[in-house]
Amino acid sequence: MSTIPADARHLEQPHQAQPDEYQAEHVPGFFTRWFLSTNHKDIGTLYLIFAIVAGVIGGAISGIMRAELMEPGIQVLNMAWPIGPGTGNFDEWAHHWNVLITAHGLIMVFFMVMPAMIGGFGNWFVPLMIGAPDMAFPRMNNISFWLLVPAFILLLGSSLVPGGSGYGAGTGWTVYAPLSTSGAPGPAVDMAIFSLHLAGASSILGAINFITTIFNMRAPGMTLHKMPLFVWSVLVTAFLLLLALPVLAGAITMLLTDRNFGTTFFDAAGGGDVVLYQHLFWFFGHPEVYIMILPGFGMVSQVVATFSRKPVFGYLGMAYAMVAIGVVGFVVWAHHMFTTGMSLDTKMYFTAATMIIAVPTGVKIFSWIATMWGGSLTFETPMLWAIGFIFLFTVGGVTGVVLANGGVDTYMHDTYYVVAHFHYVLSLGAVFAIFAGFYYWFGKMWGKMYNEFLGKVHFFLMFIGVNLVFFPMHFLGLDGMPRRIPDYTPAFTYWNSIATAGYIITAASMVVFFINMFWSLGWGRKAPGNYWGEGATTLEWTLSSPPPYHQFSTLPKVD
Amino acid sequence: MKLIGWAIALAAAMATPAAAQQATTDETATVQAAQDPVALNEIQTMAPEPLKTTAPTPGVGEPVPGGWGTQLQVTEIGRDAAFFHDYWLLLLCAVISLFVLGLLLYVIVRYRRGANPVPSRTSHNTTVEVVWTVVPVLILVAIAIPSIQLMRAQYSPPPADLTVKVIGHQWYWSYEYPDHGVEIISNMLKECDDPALRQGERCRTGADGPPLLAVDERMVIPAGQVVKFIVTASDVIHSFAVPAFWEKIDANPGMLNETWVKVDRPGVYFGQCSELCGARHAYMPIAVEVLPPAQFAAWVASKGGTMPGGPGATPVEAPAGVEAGAPQPAGTPEAAEPALPTPAVANRATAQN
Repeated sequence: MSTIPADARHLEQPHQAQPDEYQAEHVPGFFTRWFLSTNHKDIGTLYLIFAIVAGVIGGAISGIMRAELMEPGIQVLNMAWPIGPGTGNFDEWAHHWNVLITAHGLIMVFFMVMPAMIGGFGNWFVPLMIGAPDMAFPRMNNISFWLLVPAFILLLGSSLVPGGSGYGAGTGWTVYAPLSTSGAPGPAVDMAIFSLHLAGASSILGAINFITTIFNMRAPGMTLHKMPLFVWSVLVTAFLLLLALPVLAGAITMLLTDRNFGTTFFDAAGGGDVVLYQHLFWFFGHPEVYIMILPGFGMVSQVVATFSRKPVFGYLGMAYAMVAIGVVGFVVWAHHMFTTGMSLDTKMYFTAATMIIAVPTGVKIFSWIATMWGGSLTFETPMLWAIGFIFLFTVGGVTGVVLANGGVDTYMHDTYYVVAHFHYVLSLGAVFAIFAGFYYWFGKMWGKMYNEFLGKVHFFLMFIGVNLVFFPMHFLGLDGMPRRIPDYTPAFTYWNSIATAGYIITAASMVVFFINMFWSLGWGRKAPGNYWGEGATTLEWTLSSPPPYHQFSTLPKVD
Repeated sequence: MKLIGWAIALAAAMATPAAAQQATTDETATVQAAQDPVALNEIQTMAPEPLKTTAPTPGVGEPVPGGWGTQLQVTEIGRDAAFFHDYWLLLLCAVISLFVLGLLLYVIVRYRRGANPVPSRTSHNTTVEVVWTVVPVLILVAIAIPSIQLMRAQYSPPPADLTVKVIGHQWYWSYEYPDHGVEIISNMLKECDDPALRQGERCRTGADGPPLLAVDERMVIPAGQVVKFIVTASDVIHSFAVPAFWEKIDANPGMLNETWVKVDRPGVYFGQCSELCGARHAYMPIAVEVLPPAQFAAWVASKGGTMPGGPGATPVEAPAGVEAGAPQPAGTPEAAEPALPTPAVANRATAQN
C-alpha cells in the first residue's frame, strides 16, 4: 500500500488527455449500453441503482414494521392490505407480519447490501484499483446482474400468491423447515426459493469473475501484497461466496423436493432431520454475514487512509485479518443454533471458535485507529461514515461476543438482543460502510461532487436515528421480548415506541440523502480527477472523473 | 424509576386505543373462530372449569415495563448466568466500547488537520500489533473459562424428581406429566374486550398475568425440585422459553430435547414461543406456576392425576385450595374446586392434534 502513492503520481502523465479521449470514444447507444452491457462501470452503476431501489423497498417494509410495533395490539396489519384474499381474519394479519419480516431480511441481504457492495462498488473499483481495463468476463458480468432482476421480481411476486395462512412467504429469511415445507402450502415459498436460487447463481458467477479478474488482470507490478485493501476484501468475499452459496443452493433445493416431490430430507417421519436444514443453512448463513461486511471493511480502510493522509497501518495484518475472518467464518455456523439441543461438546467448540473471530476483528478496529493516529485528519462526509462505522461496529462486535457464549445465548437467542446485535453490525455497520463508499466515490463515478453540507446532515441524522432504533432493542431482548412478533405485552411499549421514533428520524435522513443525490447529479460542481488530494493514492484517482469509458488501454505500471 | 413509571403510563395510554381499534375492524375473526372445531371443543370442556388463579408478582417472571436488564432469575443456573452476563460480559462490553470511543475521540481531536498538519508516515509497529492481538486473546480466555463452566452446569442435571413433556403445537402448548397421568392444554387467554372472544370463554383477568402472556392452563411444577423437561413439537419447530429460568430449548418435531430446571421460588413465570412457527407465533405464551410440593400434589389430584409411588399414589382427597399456601387464589370461590372431568382434558389433546 504505502508504495503505491509514489508510483501512482507518475501515472498521471499518460492519462492527462483522458477527458478528450472520453469524448472520442465509442459509447454504445442507450439500449446496448444499459441492457447488453459489458462495461464494468456501467454494470456497477446498474447494481447500485438496483440496490437503491431494493433498499427503498426494504426500508419501507421496516417502516410498516416499526409502525405496527409502536404500541401493543394490531394497528397496521389489519388495514386494507393490497395483497391476499382480503378475508381480514386474524391469522391472515399475523401471516402478513411474517411476510414482512421475511421480505425485509431477504431484500436487505440479497438485494441491497450484496448488490451494493460487491456488484456496485466491486464492479466499479476492483478493475480501476488493480489497473485492469475491465472485468475478466464482461458478458458473465452482465448476466450476473440480469439474473438478479428476475430474482427480485420472483421474491416480490411471491407476496401475490398463497403461502399458508395468507399470501406471501412467511418463513423468515432463514426458511427453516418444516415451517417452509409442510407448514407453508401454496406457491409463495417455492417462488421465494427460486428467487434465492437465481440470486445465488448471480453471486456465484460474480464471484468467479472477481477471483479471475483479481488473480489475472492486475497491472504489471501490482502484486497481491500491493493490492488496495478494498480489492483484498472483495477477493476474500468472492471466495466466501463461491464456497458458501452452493451449500445454500443445495439446502433450498432439498426444501423444494421436500415440498413438491415427496422427499423427506427434513422430515423425521421419513428418516429426515429438521435440524439438518439449519446446519446447511447456517453453513452458508454465517459466511454470508461476512460477505456482507468484508467489502465494507475494505471501503472503510480506503476512506480512513485517504482522510488521515497516511498509508493504512499494518497493511499485511489488515489483509490477513480478512483472510482469517473468512476462514474462521466457515467453522462457526452452529452458534446460530445453540438452542436446538446440541451436545455440550458441540456447544463448547462453537463458543470457542466464534470468540476467536473477535481477534482479527479487533486487529482491524485497532489498525483503523492506528491509521488515524499521527495522521492529518479532515472530516468530510465519507470519513464521518467511516468513523461512525468503526465505533458502531465495535458495539455490534462486543454484543456478538456476548452471544457467542452458548450458555448465555440460552437467554438471548431469538430475542430482540439478537436483532439489536445484527443490526448494529449490518444496518449500522454494512450500511454505514456503503454510505462511506458512496460519498467517497460519488464524484469519481459521476463526475459531480455531492453537497458536503447535506452529506453531513444525512450522517448526523442517520447516526442518531439508527441508534435510537436499535440500541433500545438490547433492552427489549434482555427484558425477554422474542423476535418476529407483531404484537407484544404492554411492558415492552416504552422502548418500542422509542425505536419507532428513531425510525422516523432515519427515514428523514434518507430524504436528505436523496435530495443530495439528485441535486448533486444535476447541479453539483464538476469533480476533478483526484478531489481528495494527497491521501487518495489508489489507481482510480489517477483517472478523470468519471473515468473514460475504457480505461487503462495501456496498462499502468506499478513498481 | 421515574422512567419505569412513565413507561407504565405510556403503556396504559397506548393499549386502550389499540384494543378499541381492533374491536372495530375485526368482525370476521369471530365467525372464523366459531368454525374452528378445536375452539368449539374448548368451549364445551372449559366452560364449567373453576377459576383459581395465583396472581403473579409484578416484575417477577415477566417483563418489567421499560426494563433494561435481564429478568429476575429464580434458578441457580439463571443466577450464575445472569451474574456472568451482568458483572463480566456487560462490563467488558462497556469497557471495550468506551475504550474504542475514547481512542477515536482522542485521535479526532489530537490529529485533526488543524492540530497536526503534517501526517506521519508510520505504517508498522510490531510491538503494538502484537499487543492488540494478544490482549484480546487473553480477554477471550477470561470469558471462555466461566462460559464453559456455565455450559457444564447447564448440562449436568441432578437426578430428576419429575418429568414434564412439553409439546409445541400451532399455536399452543401442551404439557404431559407421564409419571402423574396428567395432561393439560395451555392456550393464551384473550382480552375481555376482544371481539374474537367466544360465548362463555374465559378472558384474561389481572390475576392471570399480563396481556399476551397469560394462559388458561398453566404448567405447574413443584418448587425446589428438579424438573426434567422433554421437549418436542407436533408440527413445526417451536421453542420453549422461560426467561426467569434462563431456559430456552427448541421443540423440534420428530426429536426429543431434554433440559431441566430447579426453581427455588414459588410464583408464576412467563415466557413466549421463541422460534418463528407461523401466523400466531406471537400468541402462544408459556406460563409456569411454581408451587410448594404439597400444593403441587393437590394440583395433580385436582387434575385427576396421581403422585407416583408411596402414599401419594392415591388421589389427594382435599381440594387444592384448602392447603393453606402462600399464593393467594384470586377469582371465584374455592368451593368450586373439585376435580374436573379429566377424560375430557385428555381427549382434547388428541382432538387438537
